[in-house]
Amino acid sequence: MPDAPGLELIRGEIEAAHPGAVVDTGFAQERAVLSIDPAHVLAVLGWLREAPGQGYRFLSSLHVADYLPAEPRFAVHYELLNRGRVERIRVKALLEDGSPAATGPAGQRLPEIDSCVSLFPTAEFQEREAFDFFGIVFKGHPDLTRILLPEDYVGWPQRRDFPVGGEPVTFTYNERQYG
Amino acid sequence: MAELVEDRATEVMTVNIGPHHPATHGVLRLVVDLEGEVVRDLKPVIGYVHTGIEKSCEEKSYWKVIPFVERMDYVSYFFQMEAFCGAVERLIELEIPPRAKYLRTIFLELNRIHSHLVWLGTTALDLGAISMLWYCFRERDRILDLFEMAAGQRMHTRYFQVGGVIEDIPLGFEQKLREFVRDMPVRVGQYQALLDRNEVFLSRTKNTGVVSRERLLELGVTGPLLRAAGEPWDLRKAFDYLAYPEFDFKVPVGTVGDNYDRYRVRVAEMVESTRIVEQALDGLPEGPFIADDRKYVLPPRSELSTSMESLIHHFKLVTEGYRVGPGEIYYAIESPRGELGCFVLADGSAKPARVHFRDPSFVNLQAFRDMSVGSYIADMICSLGMLDPILGGVDR
Repeated sequence: MPDAPGLELIRGEIEAAHPGAVVDTGFAQERAVLSIDPAHVLAVLGWLREAPGQGYRFLSSLHVADYLPAEPRFAVHYELLNRGRVERIRVKALLEDGSPAATGPAGQRLPEIDSCVSLFPTAEFQEREAFDFFGIVFKGHPDLTRILLPEDYVGWPQRRDFPVGGEPVTFTYNERQYG
Repeated sequence: MAELVEDRATEVMTVNIGPHHPATHGVLRLVVDLEGEVVRDLKPVIGYVHTGIEKSCEEKSYWKVIPFVERMDYVSYFFQMEAFCGAVERLIELEIPPRAKYLRTIFLELNRIHSHLVWLGTTALDLGAISMLWYCFRERDRILDLFEMAAGQRMHTRYFQVGGVIEDIPLGFEQKLREFVRDMPVRVGQYQALLDRNEVFLSRTKNTGVVSRERLLELGVTGPLLRAAGEPWDLRKAFDYLAYPEFDFKVPVGTVGDNYDRYRVRVAEMVESTRIVEQALDGLPEGPFIADDRKYVLPPRSELSTSMESLIHHFKLVTEGYRVGPGEIYYAIESPRGELGCFVLADGSAKPARVHFRDPSFVNLQAFRDMSVGSYIADMICSLGMLDPILGGVDR
């Protein structure tokens, strides 16, 4: 994990190349966190991957958190790892709910972000999972379809406003009711 | 009528394998494009055992999540528990006592041996070595007996708690574990004697399913698959968690990265895990087996009838559960299949706002296409066994 000055240096260098890319930096539970503007996600990830002295070449995990009712609501987390120095850094791309361009099945506006499959091929399944459960559209993903849920499923079940137990399950004793 | 033109040599046929097929090691569906017997393209279709565990965890207080997450990867349940409990402990900054660290390490390593035994038995079965299944499950049963002795359950033990473990090991456990530790390297030698010079096994595994180390790293593959390709990457060595820094063990690596290396690496890991268990047993410190923080850990049963305060703590912990201050964490450990990460988002209430598991089987499955395209369909089955996906963990 980069220390506080190290993290500020990273921020400074990214800011010099891509003004406005870094929104915030911080430390949370043993982890350096770089909060970024989703428009610059590929630039930041690419810089952390390629820049000399950085070399975060391994994407451990890509997952989404829903911070409802906070704004911006979603964050895509990229857990990057430098295996040589055994250092982790978390990049958080903060996403507003629903950009005008992308629309879901029911005319719903979906948040959008660039896909990082070109940088990290491992993200392919994980971005599909994020799309499946949160309805986040990864632009440029080779095959952005539902992965764990049935392809005809409607809704984004891991969002915080999606109810648990909303679907009736048919058992023999209430077969007539739900048929 | 137009004459049917058919070139039998180059015709590509799409075949569906699974989801219910014994060789897919779970409910995995493969859509395979075959040209004769050669795999030209392949697409794994998953999600058949998706049960929404991650979503269900958001409705449970923290201590009730533990048995839930165990049921994701049902072969390495201790690892799921450790990933979740360790993440929560780091969120609430709760230090666990040394004895709990050692006990956890013992059970994790026993679970690793157990998981590799299930893998070896079923994969050898796929390759026609039926007797291997019985030999492997014989030793697996002894591990399950040990789990039962300590936790009361053979699978899904709910043995790890936030703060330590639920109970100390019982009398007679140590002796039984020592017998197991003494026998296990001998048994591993016997497995190797059965397989290492077996002509059929060698020709099925050698130089099949080769993927380069660079490609595996790009695909995010971790665990024995990556180590078999020659990359000595093991989170037990790289990061400092539990009692691993105190033990002397090796990280087995392969050279070629074929299915044979994958087999060799896992078998060697079983022996190394046995060594870790033995060292942990020798150095097992005395003292409490669970932390003494009454805000998070249940008070001992004996105090409930004498101490009002303990009764209140007990009542609060069992009904509402403890609250975890706002924060988020990603905690990764080395499971038998690779990096098992647990992401927990806490919003200050008694229930997690999000629990996400970075399951190694899920990520590793992406390498399956690279392993199989261009090979025979029989080698594809071998590669799938050596990949060792647990579909409960893939689908969650």
